[in-house]
Amino acid sequence: MNSVVMPLAVIVGVLFVLTTVSAGLIWLERRLLALWQDRYGPNRVGPFGLLQVLADMIKIFSKEDWIPPFADKPVFVLAPTIIMVTAFMTFAVIPFTPGIEVADLDIGVLFFLAMSALGVYSVVLAGWASDSKYSLLGAMRAAAQMLSYEVFMGLSLMGVVMLAGSFNMRDIVEAQRGLWFCIPQFPGMVLFFIAGVAETNRLPFDLPESENELVAGFHTEYSGIKFGMFFVGEYLGITLISVLIATLFFGGWLGPVFPPAVWFFLKTFCFICLFILLRASYPRPRYDQLMSLGWKVMLPLALLNLVITGGIILIKG
Amino acid sequence: MLSLIKTAWDIFLHTFHKRVTVQYPEEKPYIAPRYRGRIILSRDPDGGERCVACYLCAVACPVACISLQATEDEYGRRYPEFFRINFSRCIFCGYCEEACPTYAIQLTPDYEMCEYTRHPLVYEKDDLLISGTGKYHDYNYYKVAGIATGSRGKGEGIEEEPPVDVRSLMP
Repeated sequence: MNSVVMPLAVIVGVLFVLTTVSAGLIWLERRLLALWQDRYGPNRVGPFGLLQVLADMIKIFSKEDWIPPFADKPVFVLAPTIIMVTAFMTFAVIPFTPGIEVADLDIGVLFFLAMSALGVYSVVLAGWASDSKYSLLGAMRAAAQMLSYEVFMGLSLMGVVMLAGSFNMRDIVEAQRGLWFCIPQFPGMVLFFIAGVAETNRLPFDLPESENELVAGFHTEYSGIKFGMFFVGEYLGITLISVLIATLFFGGWLGPVFPPAVWFFLKTFCFICLFILLRASYPRPRYDQLMSLGWKVMLPLALLNLVITGGIILIKG
Repeated sequence: MLSLIKTAWDIFLHTFHKRVTVQYPEEKPYIAPRYRGRIILSRDPDGGERCVACYLCAVACPVACISLQATEDEYGRRYPEFFRINFSRCIFCGYCEEACPTYAIQLTPDYEMCEYTRHPLVYEKDDLLISGTGKYHDYNYYKVAGIATGSRGKGEGIEEEPPVDVRSLMP
């Protein structure tokens, strides 16, 4: 009995916390952006404007859920769900604390890479099914950008896998007891972070969306809760990449004094803030700059990191 | 590469900067005395209406939001029968104030005149006319010496003040 109830409770708990957190991130992002632009941001609804999230949710639920007559209806409806499902699926392999994990997969890192590759479909299908110029341009950019950043995203993680000797997330965290992988795998971490920003379509790599050229890019034609799902999916993506950096490079739940959950939360929170700081700081690169950065700089660097890490491990025997 | 990191760091330092937002309803911005806000009609120091219904404000108004009708009292003095400003059209340019020969129409630093519907934004003469003199406390149009006519000289009319000696330094 307990073997059925516990995992279910964990799944429901993780889903609930993630949905709340990613909705709360909308508030956090607006407040932090405002802070860094010397403004206040939403501070009227409830304490510190926290209930703004609730107000936005009520608004987005009650908006007209419009499907354009020229759209490919089944695909149009399916697309926003993919981004959320793949993001939620990835969280299944994350060990939040020693006790809280949905699935202890031996191929945890591979599973994440597979799911993030599937996530591209959401954006591409959304742009294709919308049957509008801007959406299609956004989807095209998304396809090219996410595929080329996927390549070195996987490679940048291989150093960690080599050092830990396992694809299992739990083993990777345990392998960081002595030294967090952010120090021996510093280039890998930077590369993974950049790839993560590109994967989640966040500024400065938000070319699929780029509101000042493509209206809203791939989700131009979306409204109501479908648009909301893209939105929450994006924030889930931020949370996911932050969680992964914390797990793979900063020792996950490991840390002195505080309980594991607090450490995990703190580390994740720092990287979420870093994501938002990036958005506050950088302009969007041109499309060709983005592609040449990915293929000509990041990919060779990832390969170099892989070779050097492998060499050192071999020499150490 | 270094400049990118410096950019992010500089932005981060804004955490400790003072915020520029004025939290409006609780905190009010400084409004200059000559701010062009709500329009009023003023009275002269004796309490009479300054407006002589010359229509110059209505003519000067670029959005045609002022409408009035001239009439005369029993002494033949002109005044507006009605004076109406549609503030949903008004752009607060202040041309009416510039055009006014009697300092009757003036703009004030009051800007808090929002309404939920358009209708209350149409101000009638009762709403516009104030009991004071506005920005010009001593000015009284009818007491300033006019020009000599056939029947009387300059400054000799009823309640007219003697003409100002422009060559004197005295006030």
